Amino acid sequence: MGSTIRRVVNTFKERSFLFEQLVKRDFEKRYKGTILGMAWSILSPLLQLFVMMLVFSQLFGRNVDHYVIYLFAGNINMSYFKEATKNGMRSLNANANIITKINVPKYLFLLSSEIQALVNFGLTILVFFFFCIVDHVTFTPKMILLVYPLACLTIMNIGIGMILSALFVFFRDTAYFYDIFLTLLNYLSAIFYTLDRFPPSAERYFLLNPVYVIIKYWRVVVLNATIPSLHYHLLVAFYALFFLAIGCFMYKKYNHQFLYYF
Amino acid sequence: MSMIECNDVSIRYITGDLQAIGLKEYVMRKLTNRYHVKEFWADRHITFAIERGDMLGIIGSNGAGKSTLLKAITGIMVPTGGTVTVHGKIAALLELSSGFDPQMTVRENAYLRGAMLGYTREFMDAKYDEIIAFAELEDFQDYKFKQLSSGMKSRLAFSIACLVDPDILILDEVLSVGDGAFRKKSGERMTEILQSGKTGILVSHSVNQIRELSSKVLWLDHGNQVAFTDEVDLYCDAYEEFLQTKKLPKTHDDIERLAEGFAKRTAAERKKKADATAKRLQKIIEKGEADEAVMAAVRILRKSKPEILVENYQELLG
Repeated sequence: MGSTIRRVVNTFKERSFLFEQLVKRDFEKRYKGTILGMAWSILSPLLQLFVMMLVFSQLFGRNVDHYVIYLFAGNINMSYFKEATKNGMRSLNANANIITKINVPKYLFLLSSEIQALVNFGLTILVFFFFCIVDHVTFTPKMILLVYPLACLTIMNIGIGMILSALFVFFRDTAYFYDIFLTLLNYLSAIFYTLDRFPPSAERYFLLNPVYVIIKYWRVVVLNATIPSLHYHLLVAFYALFFLAIGCFMYKKYNHQFLYYF
Repeated sequence: MSMIECNDVSIRYITGDLQAIGLKEYVMRKLTNRYHVKEFWADRHITFAIERGDMLGIIGSNGAGKSTLLKAITGIMVPTGGTVTVHGKIAALLELSSGFDPQMTVRENAYLRGAMLGYTREFMDAKYDEIIAFAELEDFQDYKFKQLSSGMKSRLAFSIACLVDPDILILDEVLSVGDGAFRKKSGERMTEILQSGKTGILVSHSVNQIRELSSKVLWLDHGNQVAFTDEVDLYCDAYEEFLQTKKLPKTHDDIERLAEGFAKRTAAERKKKADATAKRLQKIIEKGEADEAVMAAVRILRKSKPEILVENYQELLG
């Protein structure tokens, strides 16, 4: 295990130039042909938020303080999760013509797509804090802790991206299933509604949903200005490492078989 | 120590599994008991080793397993059976212009490809101008890759892979890129690299290229190893004859017989050609109007086929 990690780190060091080039390429590709370019990274979550506000504030937001922030915290995390995992899913196939011709570590393509989603997320976080100012949310030093769910979500996204990209190589049906799954997840993550209307025992089931767990962390820190319990931190870390472990296992196991299915 | 060692390498492809036929077919075939996975061996029991400074030419008709074998050597594929050991850094040119991004510029693609081949940024910064100059693409650096002609694309790929500094260079049908001038230049560059003690593998359908550049030959046929040898000329002769007769040699005697056949055939062809030329010259002498043409024809014939002159034109010889 230790030597494997050391090997991965070493290859990564050797390949840092390639990684940099891949990230650059992915960025250029993404905004190719758009007039607004990078601005979409900020505009797109803003417009989404605007739409959700129009639809939901009257329905669900009457009794919630800072409903916009509540909604926004849920939405940006969910968007990041969706984007990172969906891009990750296609990362192997999108680079099939390289993988079949040149011997490069395959996870680089996945990581490159994850970086892109992460940068995007970073931009939306800036917008998020701007909204916090506008909405008179009190800023506390505790907000630095948000780095923790961010890191965990990123690790989880990498893990799930690995799982999905491996599955996608073997079965293109994965994309369809995953789309449906994401729709379901979107409604189950309490993005625009609160848990008040459920019996208190229902929260247990919500905690089975890793994205909800992350979103709740954000809300607790930003809106309630409290720090979640140690148990809660462990739960977040567990989800991240759990998916990463499965992902690594799949890459290790199927690494040499991908080639036959492109 | 061998630079590349293939020991009993076999590579298998599987077709007709669930992913290939889809769920409906899969269930149908399972129910009717007709579900079989087809195996296809692209390479079977390939064994060879090459040393520093060797240039291995791989010959064989389409579907012989050449490219698949190269994929195993470059580490893209893991052999189903057997082992591949490689000592040194490989730069591989497999199907040249794939792996480039058509939307990116020539400059960006050059850096990306360099990065993929494992070079560092400093190295690419230092070598970039040289690469572009060798590829003769100075005026196209900021063009999108898709705007280049296919010859330009392969020129770029070739330049990147061979101007840099690999221990082992693998070339799959790449020496036939570009126009005549570039082909000459790339051929020279290859020879230069090989003379500097590099090791290479060359796959080419041009047997003459193999003869010229290789010091060893690996002959594959339908995934099987026909021969691995350093008698390059003998085996190239035999291979060319095999392409005509389609009879696979089994023993060394077969090889020699094939090579002999090839020698006979080429001799016959040469004779036929010479005869045709002589006939043409004879015509000029007989019907020739300009004295100079006639004299020229006589001069050529005197050298190549004096007997024709002796037989027919005694009076001209004096």
